[in-house]
Amino acid sequence: MRMRTLEISVGAFVLAGMLAVLFLVIQVSGVNMNTSETSYVVSARFDDVAGLRPRAKVSMAGVTLGRVKSIEVDTDYGEAIVRIEIDGEPGSLTTDTSAKVLTEGILGARYIGLLPGSDDTKLKDGGEITETQGAIVLENLIGQFLTTLGKD
Amino acid sequence: MISFLRRIGNRVLFRLEGLGRATIMWGLAMATLPRKGDMTLLFRQIYSIGVMSIAIIVLSAFAIGAVISLQFYTQLSRFGAEDAVGAGLALVLLRELGPVVTGLLFAGRAGSAITAEIGLMKTTEQLSIMEMMGVDPLRRIVAPRLWGGIISMPLLTAIFNVVGIYGGVVVGVYWLGADAGGFWSGMQDAVDVREDIVKGMLKAAIFAVVVTWIAVFQGYDCEPTAEGMGRATTRTVVTSSVLILALDFFLTLSMYGDF
Repeated sequence: MRMRTLEISVGAFVLAGMLAVLFLVIQVSGVNMNTSETSYVVSARFDDVAGLRPRAKVSMAGVTLGRVKSIEVDTDYGEAIVRIEIDGEPGSLTTDTSAKVLTEGILGARYIGLLPGSDDTKLKDGGEITETQGAIVLENLIGQFLTTLGKD
Repeated sequence: MISFLRRIGNRVLFRLEGLGRATIMWGLAMATLPRKGDMTLLFRQIYSIGVMSIAIIVLSAFAIGAVISLQFYTQLSRFGAEDAVGAGLALVLLRELGPVVTGLLFAGRAGSAITAEIGLMKTTEQLSIMEMMGVDPLRRIVAPRLWGGIISMPLLTAIFNVVGIYGGVVVGVYWLGADAGGFWSGMQDAVDVREDIVKGMLKAAIFAVVVTWIAVFQGYDCEPTAEGMGRATTRTVVTSSVLILALDFFLTLSMYGDF
C-alpha cells in the first residue's frame, strides 16, 4: 500500500511537470499550429534594413501577415535580401506590392509594412517584391538635412 | 619558500584527486546498467527529490513571479508600456530565474538531504557492508539519485515557470489592472519554443547534473564522523549554489550571447 501511494504521487508529479511544459509551449509561447501548415516565401531586396531581425513582423494595414524568415546580404550590390514567409496560400499579394522597413513607435522593433498594388497578377511562391524602401536611418537623415542647410 | 610551494602543490593535487574521484564515481554510476527492481529505487528517489520539493518550488515561484510583475509594471507603466510586462516576466522566468532559482532551491532542499543520507550510510558503514554483501553501492545508492535528480529538475523548473507566470498574472492583471490581452499577446510574441523554453529546460538539466553530482560525491566522500557529515552537507549547498550561478552566466553567454 505504501508503495502504491508513492507510485501515484510520482506519477502525479511527472504528469504535472508534463502539463506545465505543455502549458508553456501552448499558452506562453503561443505556438500557432495553422501558421506552419500553409505559407509561402517571397523575397525582397532593400538598400538598408537597419536592425530588422529574423522573426520580425510583416504586416499590411497593421495586421500581421507573416514573418521575416531570413536576412542575407548581397555584397555585390550592397543590398539586403530579406526572405519573407507569408501565411496562407500564394495569391494573396499582387506582383507590384511594395514593402517598407518601418519602426514600431519611436524606439520599437523594426518590421516590414506591405502596401498592395493594383496589378492583376499575383506573387507566386519564391517571387520577388521589387518595390521596396529601406529603413530610414537617423544618421543619413541628419546628413541630408545638413547638406540642404549648406546649399542655402 | 619551498615549503610554501609544497603546500600549494599539495593543495592542488588534493583538489585534483577529489575531482578525479568524483568523475570516476559519476562515470561508473551513470554507466551501470539498470536491472530489474531498479525502477522502484528510481521512483523512490523521484519521490523524495522531486515530489517533496514541489511545495517549496510552488511557494517561491509564486512569490518571485508576483514580485517581478510588480516591479516591471511600476517601471513600465511610466512609459505606457504595460503590455511588455508579460513578455518581460515570461522571458526572465523561462531563461534565467526559472532554472537558477529552482536549482538553488533544489540544492538546498534535495542536495543537502542526499549528502546527509549518503554520509550517514557511510558513517554507519552501511556502504561497506553493502560492498561486502556483493551489492554495488554505485548502482543501488548513487545511480538512482543521479537519475532521479536529472528527471526531477526539468519537471520542477517547468512547474516553477508556470506558477511564476501565474503569480505574475495575479499581480499584474488581476490586481494592478494590466490589460490581459496585451499581457498574453506580448508574451506569446516574445517567447519562442526552441529559443526560450527548450534552452531553459536544458539549463535545468545541466544544473541537475551539477547539483546531484556534487551532493552524491560529497556524501560518498565525506569524513565518516558527525562533523565530517555536517561539513559535507554545508559544502554541497555552498558549492552547488556558487557553481549554478557561475555556470548560468556562461550558459547564458553561449546560448544568447550574440557572437
